[in-house]
Amino acid sequence: MRITQGCFSFLPDLTDEQISRQVQYCLEKGWAVNIEFTDDPHPRNSFWEMWGLPMFDLRDAAGVMMELGQCRKVYGNSYIRMSAFDNSHGWESVRLSFIVNRPKDEPGFRLERHEMAGRNIRYTTKSYAVDRPEGGRYG
Amino acid sequence: MDLDASPMTDRVSLREELEAVGIEEILTQLDRELIGLKPVKTRIREIASLLLIERIRKRMNLTTDVPTLHMSFTGNPGTGKTTVALRIASILHRLGFVRRGHVVSVTRDELVGQYIGHTAPKTKEVLKKAMGGVLFIDEAYYLNRPDNERDYGQEAIEILLQVMESQREDLVVILAGYGDRMEKFYASNPGFRSRIAHHIDFPDYSNDELLAIAELMLHDMNYKFSDEAREAFIRYIAARVTQPLFSNARSIRNALDRMRLRQANRLVADLDRMLDADDVMSLQASDVLASRVFLKDKS
Repeated sequence: MRITQGCFSFLPDLTDEQISRQVQYCLEKGWAVNIEFTDDPHPRNSFWEMWGLPMFDLRDAAGVMMELGQCRKVYGNSYIRMSAFDNSHGWESVRLSFIVNRPKDEPGFRLERHEMAGRNIRYTTKSYAVDRPEGGRYG
Repeated sequence: MDLDASPMTDRVSLREELEAVGIEEILTQLDRELIGLKPVKTRIREIASLLLIERIRKRMNLTTDVPTLHMSFTGNPGTGKTTVALRIASILHRLGFVRRGHVVSVTRDELVGQYIGHTAPKTKEVLKKAMGGVLFIDEAYYLNRPDNERDYGQEAIEILLQVMESQREDLVVILAGYGDRMEKFYASNPGFRSRIAHHIDFPDYSNDELLAIAELMLHDMNYKFSDEAREAFIRYIAARVTQPLFSNARSIRNALDRMRLRQANRLVADLDRMLDADDVMSLQASDVLASRVFLKDKS
């Protein structure tokens, strides 16, 4: 099952040129673009690992694309996303994030039903990928 | 990325092309604002022409590869290396050979780390900031410390070389430094020499040129020499160039700053006087002659 989260996730995967243009848009807005990766695809997982340091003061997308290339070499079979951080007063938060890399095979989620008192049911979604330990989830 | 929006053609008017990119403006500005430096200006004109033709060739679908644009500026202190680097960046930007046209000026401190594993991220961060523009490395020979084999400078050099080669379309690197030391630096790092296409040597200024520079600087600051002061300043230059630690235009700037100081002091000494614009604008011979340079001259 294809994970959809962040911007553009209902579109086909972005090509490198499209990614680079989006990054350039962010840089022109004065946002710092950062690269994050994870192998836990749960939508509520908001703590992704950061690739390198935050990249402030860049002028051109080529620098970000260079880092993305290196991140892909190491974590090519994980989720990688770009996040654009706006440090201007009043925002101070992420303005845009989108997935730029995903594992070849995304096994999807199962629905778990917990039976509670009084025949109540609580639902949990759990990724099949996290059955395996961290680092070995996507082969 | 779409750098060149102009359509493919097989006939191009050179004049129109030149006017469209507007580099002639920058070149004449260079001629006007920088005094002397004949060989440098000729060389920059040559590079600009080459790039203009290269740009037209690209539109005619004739080009094969991005030309190597990395440069090396050698010359004594104060000969205008940094100023020229800024101009080069805007020429390259107008011609579309760098995308943003900004200049990131760094020295060894910003490239080389202080402990193991510190250098690579540091160098890469600078490179990322310079992407799409020009990276100006001042006093580049400090990168290499041949006397210390555990120096991290070599690591920075390796990363630089790799990016200079593999991302030629993203980044132009300009190395600057004093002639003799740069020579030694290239000798111990042959990789650099072969990756740099343009070696430009900045000559020292002649005394007349230094005077012209001084007048230009004063004009920009809304000051002027009185006639006697100009005479005195000509003698000042002649004396100053023979002294040690002379750094061309930078020394002239410092001398002018000290003269402004003395002029202010002279004016403040006489509190009862009414001043007009001419008084506060002009430097008198006494402001020049009070310099230490003349003291040494007499002794």
